[in-house]
Amino acid sequence: MKYKSFLIKYAEIGVKGKNRYLFEDALVKQIHHRLKRLEGGFSVTKEAGRIYAEASEEFDFDEVIDALQHVFGIVGICPMVQIEDNGYEDLKEQVVKYIGDAYEDKNFTFKVVARRANKQYPVISDQINRDLGEVILNAYPETRVDVHNPDVILRVEVRHKINIFSQTIPGPGGMPIGTAGRAMLLLSGGIDSPVAGWMVAKRGVTIEATYFHAPPYTSERAKQKVVDLAKKVAKYTGPIKLNVVNFTDIQLYIYDQCPHDELTIIMRRYMMRIAEAIAKESDCIALITGESIGQVASQTMQSLAVTNEVCEMPVMRPLIAFDKQDIVDISYKIDTYETSVLPYEDCCTIFVAKHPVTKPNLKRIKMSETKLEEKINELVKTAIETREIIRCI
Amino acid sequence: MERERKEVYFDNSATTRVFDSVRDVMIKAMTDDYGNTSSRHIKGVEAEQYIRDAREEIAKSLKVKEKEIIFTSGGTESNNMALIGTALANRRSGNHLITTCIEHASIYNTMSFLEEQGFRVTYLPVDHNGHVSLDALREALCDETILVSVMYVNNEMGAVEPIEEIAGILKEKKSRAYLHVDAIQAYGKYVIRPKKMGIDLLSVSGHKIHGPKGVGFLYVDEKVKIRPILFGGGQQKNMRSGTENVPGCAGLGAAVKEIYRDHEAKVNHLYALKDRMVQGLLSMDGVTVHGLTGRDSAPQIVSAGFEGVRAEVLLHALEDRGIYVSSGSACSSNHPGVSGTLRGIGVKDSLLDSTLRFSFGVFNTEEEVDYCLEQLRELLPMLRRYRRA
Repeated sequence: MKYKSFLIKYAEIGVKGKNRYLFEDALVKQIHHRLKRLEGGFSVTKEAGRIYAEASEEFDFDEVIDALQHVFGIVGICPMVQIEDNGYEDLKEQVVKYIGDAYEDKNFTFKVVARRANKQYPVISDQINRDLGEVILNAYPETRVDVHNPDVILRVEVRHKINIFSQTIPGPGGMPIGTAGRAMLLLSGGIDSPVAGWMVAKRGVTIEATYFHAPPYTSERAKQKVVDLAKKVAKYTGPIKLNVVNFTDIQLYIYDQCPHDELTIIMRRYMMRIAEAIAKESDCIALITGESIGQVASQTMQSLAVTNEVCEMPVMRPLIAFDKQDIVDISYKIDTYETSVLPYEDCCTIFVAKHPVTKPNLKRIKMSETKLEEKINELVKTAIETREIIRCI
Repeated sequence: MERERKEVYFDNSATTRVFDSVRDVMIKAMTDDYGNTSSRHIKGVEAEQYIRDAREEIAKSLKVKEKEIIFTSGGTESNNMALIGTALANRRSGNHLITTCIEHASIYNTMSFLEEQGFRVTYLPVDHNGHVSLDALREALCDETILVSVMYVNNEMGAVEPIEEIAGILKEKKSRAYLHVDAIQAYGKYVIRPKKMGIDLLSVSGHKIHGPKGVGFLYVDEKVKIRPILFGGGQQKNMRSGTENVPGCAGLGAAVKEIYRDHEAKVNHLYALKDRMVQGLLSMDGVTVHGLTGRDSAPQIVSAGFEGVRAEVLLHALEDRGIYVSSGSACSSNHPGVSGTLRGIGVKDSLLDSTLRFSFGVFNTEEEVDYCLEQLRELLPMLRRYRRA
């Protein structure tokens, strides 16, 4: 079977009222962006509430489907055969040929749903349904018609050309990237944060990321791992700007000045402050973390509250009520799991106390932080200014 | 204020920089004489000459016959061929194999595979210096034993195994077991004479002796019964099919020639570096050097434990100063988990995760050793101040 084009189905966008065209245009742009890197010379067009991707040259079917399955906003991909309008008899022949090619096993029930967008076409939709049903039944006696619950719905769209399709390959769903503003993801090398970023991006949010690097306590390989994770997420979101912040001096300073059981929580407060400062520079309007209640000491509700206190921006925590296994399942799906479990230490665990506080008291934490007053602002400023920026594609 | 960037490569047991002569001959073999040795035309003949020359050079270095050298893709393949090839070929004579508990993964995991195939394997213990127990060997040897495989120099701490004594025991016990020696860390550092020493099979890797990666050889005494483990076009007298790696073999030959030229001077230089390093390390607080030192140990490896510092962190701190070393052994570092050898020699638990390996090559200098020691003196107190609370 040789498909020439694809009909792209989208769901939620359809109901966005007067803003609908913005969402559709964003989706067209995203699809165009993905397909232009592939063979096929695809053109992506919006036509009467539908999006079509049409090839002008040979292309690799699986590669194109894979690319489209990474575009948020797409709920279904229908590979389509497109024919010229060479008369009604020709249409019948083409439909029989389509069924012959598309289905090896003809033992299925079907119905035909025609749509006559071109009202000049001499036969009305209902008649097309009956006639095409009849020629299919005659050509393939194993098939049966079932108008209520068919295995196959054969759609025939009569426009200036005629589209024939019957299969829908699921897309990732969600909303097109670029329709919901920018947010800053705190990306570690773990399982959770890439999943969190992916989930928020799925709602149309453009993602930027910040990673805290602590040489010599964390290695170049740990950094490479985060870059690799960002690249995996970028397959869905488009290029991700990754800010790599050297956090060592801040961490050691906190270690010197503050009680060790408060180390992690204070450290995380500074991470949030730094991420927010960079986020503001980049016009982000929210932060994203992979936190989930109770997963570790720094993610108890009390700890989250204390960490949250330093931020003005909303902090989105899409995994907050997820069990670990559910997060792992998504990480498999988006292909980040194997990278996430590579055993390189991240900077949160280097100096972790044997018994870190699990119910920190904000007043006490703030008190401890006053011991940092002498140098911390300078250190934070330097960390932000000297950050390395890596474009992950 | 960028510090002057030095590069001190003390990880020569992981791999080495190639000699210039190696690079030159390889380029020639890849660009001018790129033929396939199996071709009948002159390009094939020219290519074959490189293989002949390399084989001759290697055979000369061991004082063995040229036909007893089989080129492989490196140490791992040599070890696999030695073990699997002899085990399968001698299955009828017995199903017992002996090795030690401090072998490289390419021996250890191959032995595990053979265990799955129904062979029985005895793993000999080592003493606190990493030397295999000869008494345990005497006890383990039996009529069923077909192969004893012992490494010459341990890759993690540089212990030198008593190969000749082991061969002596095999002789004394009138065992028909073959003796295989993994000499990957020893060849080029020692003058090895398999025939005199009673070694039947010997594995060598190119890239540990300033040769290229992806090539090595297995010496197989002509009397050894062995099966190939790779099948195909019948190259190398059917023992190792696959188009010969001409540039690799040529590079290996050149490396062998170079490493055994003025050999004693090279070895003395390595020992001088090692002695200097060991002395410097022992003058610091909380530093232990594992195993024997000086001429009782291999010339290129120093394994040291640093109390209160994690190896991984010290490694990266040294890296920041341009000094490249390994934690444990580079090969076992791929899957973190604690080093089998160090545990085997009874290194105390607190040092298992705090051990670095410094390994020298002929390009290293005494100044580099001094620079490394200087950096360690600076880094250790700082790193010890910050540790897990």
